[in-house]
Amino acid sequence: MPDDDASIEANDNLDELEPEMLPLDGWHRARGGRMVEFAGYWMPVQYEGIIAEHLWTRDHAGLFDVSHMGQLLVSGEGAAGALEALLPGDISALNPGRQRYSLLLDETGGILDDLMVTNRGDHFYLVVNGATKWDDIAHLREYLPDEITLNLLDEHGLLALQGPDAAPSLGALGLHPAFDGMPEVVDLKFMQAAAYHWGEVPLGVSRSGYTGEDGYEISVRAADIEALAEALCALPQVKPIGLGARDSLRLEAGLPLYGHDLSPETDPVSAGLAFAISKRRRTEGGFLGAEPVLAALEGGTATRRVGLALEGRQAAREGALVFAGEKEVGRVTSGGFSPSLNHPIAMAYVNAAHAADGTALTIEVRGKRLPARVVPMPFVPHRYHR
Amino acid sequence: MTTYYTKDHEWIAVEGETGTVGITDYAQGQLGDITFVELPEPGSAVKQGDAPCVVDSVKAASDVYAPVGGTVTEANAALADAPELVNTEAESGGWLFRLTLADPGQLGGLMDRPAYDEYVKGL
Repeated sequence: MPDDDASIEANDNLDELEPEMLPLDGWHRARGGRMVEFAGYWMPVQYEGIIAEHLWTRDHAGLFDVSHMGQLLVSGEGAAGALEALLPGDISALNPGRQRYSLLLDETGGILDDLMVTNRGDHFYLVVNGATKWDDIAHLREYLPDEITLNLLDEHGLLALQGPDAAPSLGALGLHPAFDGMPEVVDLKFMQAAAYHWGEVPLGVSRSGYTGEDGYEISVRAADIEALAEALCALPQVKPIGLGARDSLRLEAGLPLYGHDLSPETDPVSAGLAFAISKRRRTEGGFLGAEPVLAALEGGTATRRVGLALEGRQAAREGALVFAGEKEVGRVTSGGFSPSLNHPIAMAYVNAAHAADGTALTIEVRGKRLPARVVPMPFVPHRYHR
Repeated sequence: MTTYYTKDHEWIAVEGETGTVGITDYAQGQLGDITFVELPEPGSAVKQGDAPCVVDSVKAASDVYAPVGGTVTEANAALADAPELVNTEAESGGWLFRLTLADPGQLGGLMDRPAYDEYVKGL
């Protein structure tokens, strides 16, 4: 101990690559961020401490650097239809300025990635996970027709401003809508997006995030990101927040994390993400993996992703086995101590027969069986600005 | 009383045949917010290098190794309700357990404070 360093070394060995630096690297270090390797980049895991940063975000506003994520532009005539061949969402019905959660599926219905797609009027803007972005690009390029253009915004960073003070904070910067008729940034609704100017600096802003709180995700040129982070953190209600709190916040919000709660071995139905399969697509199909996914919608799945609340204070983590009596019925995919609830919580895939809310189960941790109960997610209510 | 340190960042304060074990301030800083401590049962026998204790932080669970072998006489009951004591008082009130040393000769392989500080500086 501490044994978290071991996993960092293991990752390095796996990739055989030195982590890359994001545009805010020096800024994080100057602010006391403890940098770890994540998704191929050096990123801050914490500044003052995960619990303090977590609670600050729930009470005020936290600024997260998520520049490791892939920002992709998909353009060309028929882009909506071309994306619909790969995503189960109703992309054709996604109006300009609207954002939607979607999934990249393989032919078996397995989840290759989860992502956000925004209709920016003359193109679609996708935000995909950092660790999967290169595979996503290869997959998209393989299936998208040649006339559809795919660009990676590799000269842009991405900031997330999250928490109840997010709107007044971003509002205080005096952003101007880039086009007539676009709403002021404080008037954006959840899952709405627009372009703004902060002085001379262009920003792509959506009202969304990964904490369960109200907030924004802000796409900004790498050259301008430090000035923006500095301006936001100059406000007394905004602090920089590391990856550690990002993980505990999203866990409380019941939001799955790709590579842990979602993988090619999981499908949208057992993952509890059937809402991402739009009504029209359920009847029409026509997306990669449609046949098995629609069959699962119809017939149910053997396992389901559930929330588990643990008794006591000891956390169950990824990989821990879940039991009903003496029978193994599932496996934890994410787990940890919930700073807002002050007890441990977890996500697990369990057999459908044991997935009902209120079901009493146990989780094996270091040879002990910890009592747990299936509870609805989110663990902590969402507070989106609808 | 003499305090010894391990490369795994445990300390043991020895008085006569009794040793009090904890993790160092450096270790708690690396682990971050500690949310739970699994303590050994009094009466249990531990060998040098065993992991009779687990410290859970928000990030991960980490083993605490016994700096020397012996028989556990007491666990820090205050940690059940206040595991954060390991963060705030790692090298005093946040001690983990006490044991009766099986072989004081095992202390010879441990570091004193200046050697430990030097070791941490090199990490």
